[in-house]
Amino acid sequence: MLVLENVSVNYGAIEALTSISMRVEKGEVVTLIGANGAGKTTTLRTITGLLEPREGRVTFEGEEIGGKPTHKLVARGISMSPEGRGVFANLTVRENLQMGAYLKKNKREIAKDMERAFTMFPRLKERESQKAGTLSGGEQQMLAIGRALMSRPRLLLLDEPSLGLAPLVVHTIFEAIDEIRSEGTTILLVEQNAHAALKHSDRAYVLETGQIVMEGPSKDLAADPRIKEAYLGE
Amino acid sequence: MPTFVKRIVGAVVIILLLYFVYMMMSEEGLFGFGIGAYPADVLMLIFVNIILAVSLNLINGFTGQFSIGHAGFMAIGAYTSAYTTVYHGQHLERWLAASIGETPAIAIVFLIAILVGALAAATMGLIVGIPSLRLRGDYLAIVTLGFAEIIRIVILNIDVVGGATGFSVPGYSNFIWVGGFAIITIIVIRNIVRSDMGRALISIREDELASEAMGINTTRYKVIAFVISSSFAGVAGVLFAHYKKFLHTNDFQFIRSFEVIIMIVLGGMGSITGSILGAIVITVLPELLRQLPTINLFGSTVNFADLRLVIYALLLIGIILTRPQGVLGHHEFGLNWLKRAQKRPEGDEPIGASKGVPIAERDAPTADSAKEAKNQ
Amino acid sequence: MDTFVQQLINGLTIGFIYALIALGYTMVYGILRLINFAHGDIYMVGAFSGYFLAYQLGLASEPSLLGLGAVLIGAMIMAAIVGMTIERFAYRPLRKYARMTTLIAAIGVSLFIEYLFVARFGNAPRSFPQLLKLPGWLPQALQPDQNGNYRLFGRATISIVQMLIIFVSILLMLILQWIIYRTKLGTAMRAVSFNLNSAKLMGINTDMIIAFTFALGSSLAAAGGVLTAQYNPTIYPLMGIITGLKAFVAAVLGGIGNIPGAVLGGLLIGMAETFVVGYGQNIGIPSTYRDAVAFSILILVLLFRPAGLLGSTVQEKV
Repeated sequence: MLVLENVSVNYGAIEALTSISMRVEKGEVVTLIGANGAGKTTTLRTITGLLEPREGRVTFEGEEIGGKPTHKLVARGISMSPEGRGVFANLTVRENLQMGAYLKKNKREIAKDMERAFTMFPRLKERESQKAGTLSGGEQQMLAIGRALMSRPRLLLLDEPSLGLAPLVVHTIFEAIDEIRSEGTTILLVEQNAHAALKHSDRAYVLETGQIVMEGPSKDLAADPRIKEAYLGE
Repeated sequence: MPTFVKRIVGAVVIILLLYFVYMMMSEEGLFGFGIGAYPADVLMLIFVNIILAVSLNLINGFTGQFSIGHAGFMAIGAYTSAYTTVYHGQHLERWLAASIGETPAIAIVFLIAILVGALAAATMGLIVGIPSLRLRGDYLAIVTLGFAEIIRIVILNIDVVGGATGFSVPGYSNFIWVGGFAIITIIVIRNIVRSDMGRALISIREDELASEAMGINTTRYKVIAFVISSSFAGVAGVLFAHYKKFLHTNDFQFIRSFEVIIMIVLGGMGSITGSILGAIVITVLPELLRQLPTINLFGSTVNFADLRLVIYALLLIGIILTRPQGVLGHHEFGLNWLKRAQKRPEGDEPIGASKGVPIAERDAPTADSAKEAKNQ
Repeated sequence: MDTFVQQLINGLTIGFIYALIALGYTMVYGILRLINFAHGDIYMVGAFSGYFLAYQLGLASEPSLLGLGAVLIGAMIMAAIVGMTIERFAYRPLRKYARMTTLIAAIGVSLFIEYLFVARFGNAPRSFPQLLKLPGWLPQALQPDQNGNYRLFGRATISIVQMLIIFVSILLMLILQWIIYRTKLGTAMRAVSFNLNSAKLMGINTDMIIAFTFALGSSLAAAGGVLTAQYNPTIYPLMGIITGLKAFVAAVLGGIGNIPGAVLGGLLIGMAETFVVGYGQNIGIPSTYRDAVAFSILILVLLFRPAGLLGSTVQEKV
């Protein structure tokens, strides 16, 4: 579904990604783990067109998408919940969700999708007309995920959904990820919380200083001694 | 003390050069072909603008604070010094002339006027800087702009300096004064930028919070930079006033501040040579456009000289679109490329010939090489 | 008391004009963090568009409410096109560079518009035709006196043009309020102004939203231009410089990026100026200080509230 071939990305003169290749098949949950600054967010920003690859090809459902404007990619079925949640703090919860459905024209479908977001995260329903800036960190994360689903994506990118959240909330978020997956949405999950990420995914890639150093089924990686030592703290 | 000697020689050469051009500017000129009054005007304006641009670059380019009120400080310098020379200068000049002659008397009076202008502008810089430098980014910009406009409007309402009718000023300024102070400005700002203070200023530009965390008193440094910058603007005002011989507040409208900003952005923020280049281009460009011809276009005559300001604006937009980081960016334009060109012959010898002799030893012929020579 | 009310009305009239222009500054700043120095010239372009429209359509000789409306809307559309053109060709290519660079482009555009108009139409002021005339069938009680004034009480009057300015300004502000807070486009504008990249991830064509913001702001400035020309009927190519600067000050005063703030700032500066001219002599401030009033208020306010009256803490992009 999504294929990256030898993609390199620069920030000015600094190379952030060095010739990485990865693929995400339809229906999979693939996770990308790595330390801070390894290039995880850069990878996602390249896939969504916020950054342009210097070299290599990014294809989505067989079509090259590298460097295409972001809003066109959203129209093709890619959606992302950005790092640091990126909710519009000056908009209400409902308006945030409406923005998620910006490209949808059918009012009835929008209303239905909004109900679904509220069923998935009942806390959002309670805060419907509050400004998103007044929500707690966990609620903002729920909103960011709910908002990303509003465009009915075929590929959902999640950037650090558990970052800075309390363990109980992290649990809720990963339950939601399982639920989204069970509905058939393909997910690329970027996480520092390798433990949870490997538990909730089919396959995984490990990114270190802009290069992919390991890949394989999540179960295998979780059992790998190197991963255990470096990322699972065992 | 070789550097010291070199600097003194440099200074003498520069002064002689200035004097030479100054002689050229007098009526008869040197060798019978002098510089006419109009090119002389442009030349003076270039130097005044160099003082303005280089000094504003200290605060905008090196410290990263966004000030657009330079015309206000220039006005302060111009008007306080003009007040001094008009109301007190004549007495002093006559009194001094009796004992030391006329030329040195004028020089002393004018030097005092320059000091007065610089001090007044510095004081105003302090008054404006302390409260406003707490503000950041665009808020600082609009407050400095506001102060400059208030200064202008207040001067417009002071009748002893002419108010709305304008103010006649003695023409003390000449090419040596203006050129000399342009060079002094460049040297002073360059030395500041290369000093510890300069490094502190640049660190404020790069990351104000981090600099503060490192123990740099950012407010103090910003205010000092602002005061220095203002005082040079004041000096530019003094020189400008005593060259033009007539002052009007219209010369200090906010568009004047913008012009200086344009010079430093075009030249490259944080580059002194860039500011100099910007000052020259922005001063000369409108004058060059004055020479544009009248052309018969599709049966109707178009006088391009009338369109010079339109063309000027278009060129400005064009330059900024093609070189958004300024012509020189953060770099300095220097004579280093000349030095490199001179060195090249040394490197012309084939690489293999040096046989990996360490660089330090290469110059002096070693015992081995002497032996080799003998054997051959 | 009569003079006080009179000054208040005069101040409000000018204040609403400043507010209309200030809205454009504040919206563009809110979305791009750009001080659009060419905005004052858009106000001038609006006034000139209205002037030529009025003559081309033959409305100058036959004033009517309908004609005034047509001129107003026509000038707004013209200015919107000019505003979008400027954004597309002068600002968009520079968006990823330092803001100082875009500011130079803005100054360049401003000079370009000003001197293009000077070269084309000359520096001399032109007299803008009076376009406002109430329909004759209105009852006598609703018609103003021969000077175009309505008596309020005592010697205080409000002219029909002042009523027009206040009414049209409020109407336009209500429409703007509706667009920004009640429509999808407006919600997208707010989203873009908060976080450009997040907005892109929603599928929002941010370039289109930014162009729309320029169009909205420019059309409001043009309305300000036509309305001013009804109040003070001389227009000239450099009319936008000082008015634009004061409107910008109004936007900063209210808290730049804040839409109600722009209106509040505009009204405050309009009234302060009028009162200084009206009462300044009594406390030793000659009326020649009128142009310094806006800046003085601004500096005082910013020293105590660094983000303006209604602005929240400044969000500097790190």
